Amino acid sequence: MNGRSSREGMSVIVKTVTRWVEGFILLYGIYIVLYGHLTPGGGFAGGVIIACAFILLTLAEGQRVASKTLNPAVAAELDSVGALIFLGVAVAGLVVAQVFFKNIIATPEAAQFHLFSAGVILPCNIGIGIKVGVSLFLVFAMLSALHVTVRQDGKRDLVRRGKDES
Amino acid sequence: MSELLIILLLLMIVGALVAIETSNLLSSIISVGAVGFLLSIVFLFLGAPDIAITQIVVEILVLVVLIRATISRDLTTITGDRELFGMIVTVAAVLAVAVLSVHMFEQFPPFGVAVMDRVAGAPSTTYLEQGLAKTGAANIVTAILLDFRGYDTLGEATILFCSILGALTILRRKARKKQAEADKESESA
Amino acid sequence: MIYSLCFVLIAIGLYGVVVKKNIVKIVISLAIMEYGVNLFLILLGYRFKGEPPIMDQAADASLFVANAVDPLPQALVLTSIVISLGVLALMVALCIRLYERYGTFDITEMRRLKG
Repeated sequence: MNGRSSREGMSVIVKTVTRWVEGFILLYGIYIVLYGHLTPGGGFAGGVIIACAFILLTLAEGQRVASKTLNPAVAAELDSVGALIFLGVAVAGLVVAQVFFKNIIATPEAAQFHLFSAGVILPCNIGIGIKVGVSLFLVFAMLSALHVTVRQDGKRDLVRRGKDES
Repeated sequence: MSELLIILLLLMIVGALVAIETSNLLSSIISVGAVGFLLSIVFLFLGAPDIAITQIVVEILVLVVLIRATISRDLTTITGDRELFGMIVTVAAVLAVAVLSVHMFEQFPPFGVAVMDRVAGAPSTTYLEQGLAKTGAANIVTAILLDFRGYDTLGEATILFCSILGALTILRRKARKKQAEADKESESA
Repeated sequence: MIYSLCFVLIAIGLYGVVVKKNIVKIVISLAIMEYGVNLFLILLGYRFKGEPPIMDQAADASLFVANAVDPLPQALVLTSIVISLGVLALMVALCIRLYERYGTFDITEMRRLKG
């Protein structure tokens, strides 16, 4: 949806700046997740940054644009996918090496300090990043839906209104 | 170094007092944000950049969630305390614990000496020595978090999953109920 | 000295939890207690002139072991911070539900309505 035509959200200035900054915040979050085993950061911090990117979108452009970008139903699925990646890595250690959480991918000396170095830590970080980011975004989406319910007392809540118009 | 930390900690204490004692809810939330950001700076000085990054982004999220949850409510400033008796008992109990813990504070290692220096063969030393060779991760904190102590992180992910699920359930039921009411109203109308 | 200041921070949080009437203030006080506890754990692992526990390709390994701060409390505090975020989301959700039911954030009012 074109930001200019939508009446929801904040002013044009905020929307324009959001459109410029949005991608960079998301990129930074992904970088923090991927390089968590080499530089400060990791799945948690990166996941929260990713959630912040979507929350910025929700605040600036309004609930409807944000839920078009990342549908809450899809987000709920992604939440479980992230948790399952993490658990799957742990169970893979059990299957391959008979030890839960065994680091099954050995790191040769030459590969140290490179992106693909730390064995199962990288997929673990990715799983946690997806999980944390998506679940925090979900909570915020729920909170802001309720927020409208309370403020416009008497009118219908946002969940309902979105359904009517779409 | 330790003077700097003391100044930052005193600022944090002032921020916390303002956050608790001010009557306006919005300024209270902003003060707690100031405490969190100061804490992030302290972590940075203490050689914990991982924690500093996490603390700062979590603090931003906490602020946004708290403000979003409270700003549209009537900010009727609820002043006054609960009961005088409870307040006196609390202050007395806190003071008593403080007096009793003076002895405990004396037994702590002096600031600047890590626990792993006082205990021979502490696990932290092993992690530092062999973390890179065993896991291949240059960031030892991540190596501990996801390799040496993966169980902890699994439990943590479970707690996060449950609490988020609980929050979603609490919030969603209301929305569904409202929707059902709206449906009923539109049918009758 | 620094440890006792940390304790003061925790005590302020405790005071807020027990004394305050506004339910959002109670949530905030719990957050302040969490800050105090996290800070205490990190302080325990600090060494003077300590480096972050992150290996550098050029760094000497034995020097790194001698200089780096304790990584174990950091890992545990990282876990704790994220858990506190989840718990705070849960508490805020409960606050909103209570507000919609009773129309106030005052917990003494809620107790009276409950009967």
